[in-house]
Amino acid sequence: MTETEAAAETTERRVRVVLVDDHRMFRTGVQAEIGQTESTGVEVVGEAADVDQAVTVITATRPEVVLLDVHLPGGGGVEVLRRCASLMAAGENPVRFLALSVSDAAEDVIGVIRGGARGYVTKTITGADLVGSIFRVQDGDAVFSPRLAGFVLDAFASTDAPPVDEDLDRLTQREREVLRLIARGYAYKEIAKQLFISVKTVESHVSAVLRKLQLSNRHELTRWATARRLV
Amino acid sequence: MPVATPRPAGPSRAPAPEEQPLRKLYRSADGRLLGGVARGLAGHLGLPVIWVRLAFLGLFMADGLGVLLYAVFWIVVPLGVGGRTTEPRSVFETTPDGRRRLRKPDKGQLFAMVALLIGAAIFAGNVQMGSSANRYIWPTLLIGAGVVLVWRQADNARRARWTEVGRRRRLLQLGRALAGVALVGMGLTVFVVVRGSAAQLGNVLTAAIAVIAGVALLAGPWLVRMTQDLSEERTMRIRAQERAEVAAHVHDSVLHTLTLIQRSADDGGEVRRLARAQERELRNWLYKPEGTGKDEDEEPDTLAEAVKKAAAEVEDKHGVPLEVVVVGDCPLDEKVSAQMQAAREAMVNAAKYGGEGGAVQVYAEVEGRTVFVSVRDRGPGFDPDSVPQDRMGVRESIIGRMQRNGGTARLRSVPGGGTEVELEMERASE
Repeated sequence: MTETEAAAETTERRVRVVLVDDHRMFRTGVQAEIGQTESTGVEVVGEAADVDQAVTVITATRPEVVLLDVHLPGGGGVEVLRRCASLMAAGENPVRFLALSVSDAAEDVIGVIRGGARGYVTKTITGADLVGSIFRVQDGDAVFSPRLAGFVLDAFASTDAPPVDEDLDRLTQREREVLRLIARGYAYKEIAKQLFISVKTVESHVSAVLRKLQLSNRHELTRWATARRLV
Repeated sequence: MPVATPRPAGPSRAPAPEEQPLRKLYRSADGRLLGGVARGLAGHLGLPVIWVRLAFLGLFMADGLGVLLYAVFWIVVPLGVGGRTTEPRSVFETTPDGRRRLRKPDKGQLFAMVALLIGAAIFAGNVQMGSSANRYIWPTLLIGAGVVLVWRQADNARRARWTEVGRRRRLLQLGRALAGVALVGMGLTVFVVVRGSAAQLGNVLTAAIAVIAGVALLAGPWLVRMTQDLSEERTMRIRAQERAEVAAHVHDSVLHTLTLIQRSADDGGEVRRLARAQERELRNWLYKPEGTGKDEDEEPDTLAEAVKKAAAEVEDKHGVPLEVVVVGDCPLDEKVSAQMQAAREAMVNAAKYGGEGGAVQVYAEVEGRTVFVSVRDRGPGFDPDSVPQDRMGVRESIIGRMQRNGGTARLRSVPGGGTEVELEMERASE
């Protein structure tokens, strides 16, 4: 996503965000980068440094998006996701989680995505991109970094034996294509142009991938994780 | 992976070479005949080992005092590096013409062995066969042999931990322990039978069990406590070692990089380059699975490693970040290696001409027999047809190389929209 794109999106919208990270310096930095509500449209309504604090703050402020660090004292981001599961499912205004971590190790990424996070970005991301990602997550879309797309492709690859619930477990040809383009560094817009589909279709494909990653394909993922000694 | 930082010997790392280890008495695990007592003593006292052995032999003649002394030393003195500084040698040695043969025993060992045999012969001669003393001597010898077997065994276990090599076959160890126990048991039984006290065996056993149970009750909690403390201490030590390793690594790499960054704070490009190189190196070190050789810097032999290595080198050289995504993996064969060279060339081009548009995306995928690599930048792009005929970079190094090896290369470039190079190659048949 480019800066102009992010700016165009933010002019008329507001989003309430909670920052969860155990490094105060980092929270301050993010706050400084995205916290100018007038220009970015992001309003930081709360901060937390560990799991308990995070659950309390999130429950109290009911933000639209939570920026969640993966490594946290008290059980990590996965624990926060587990204890906030009911908030994620809340029908009217669900809380959505965007993982923001310095690690892009496969076990961290897959762990929080399966825990229910709607996206995963690393801390090297620029401020403008982060704002764009926050809005995309608020819309209910998934934010896939090229690396994350690579992990997912890897996880679903080499499924030679057709699984029993094929519809659920397998990525469709189109979803695979979309993921492959994300992994190659294309933005959603560029993918849409490349495949002659609308951006909305791209987003729905990506969301479908996320759904499959969370809910199904349990044995594939287990096998994949075991093969890499992640679990 | 090349490290950008110099590695001066940190004061925290290298132990001062002039610092002599404390002189302590150890039994020698190396070049020993029995328990290594003589060898250890000789090393400790600075005497030739044969003197010590002769002294022991002489003492042995004096009513077996030598044996007692030797046994006490064996039990009390821990196994360690004593008296010898040579490498541990195997039973085999390699002759100059490259064959392995049984190592020739050294003269000292041979002499000691002969002396031992003579001593044994004298001892056997002194024991009158069939006399009344006989009924005590043979059981005692049996017990002694059993004890020696078991103690040697314990030594071996300790030695294995100490040198962290030579995982002996467990069966052999078990066999030796069992043999030792059997010998001791046999000796005791013979004692009991010979002394004609078999009738009182029941009473004796009851009393013995009662005593053992009493001792267990009294000393048990203390023993348990001690084992717990010991294992706790061991855990702490391991943890401390790990921490020391991390500290050393951070000291060597991260701190030096930070120093370099402070020094060249005005040069933004250099700072970014240093920071990225360090980040990658540290990440590699942290997340690389244990036991895959964290410090090894060798030629890659799989596609994923090769792509990452090439990207890292280009990144270091040109100061442009490269984001690498690899899906699947396969071993490098001739064709894939050629593809890697082409990919590397594409990465260099992308970093050189398209680097200002942000990170260069490198994507590699193995699907069945097909290996696909794409290198994409968001630079200004160019018109492939307008490149003069004499410019060989793209045409020869990328497209030509791929075609010569039976692959295809596609180049897509839009002025203002970045450049993407797609390389596709069938793997060679296995």
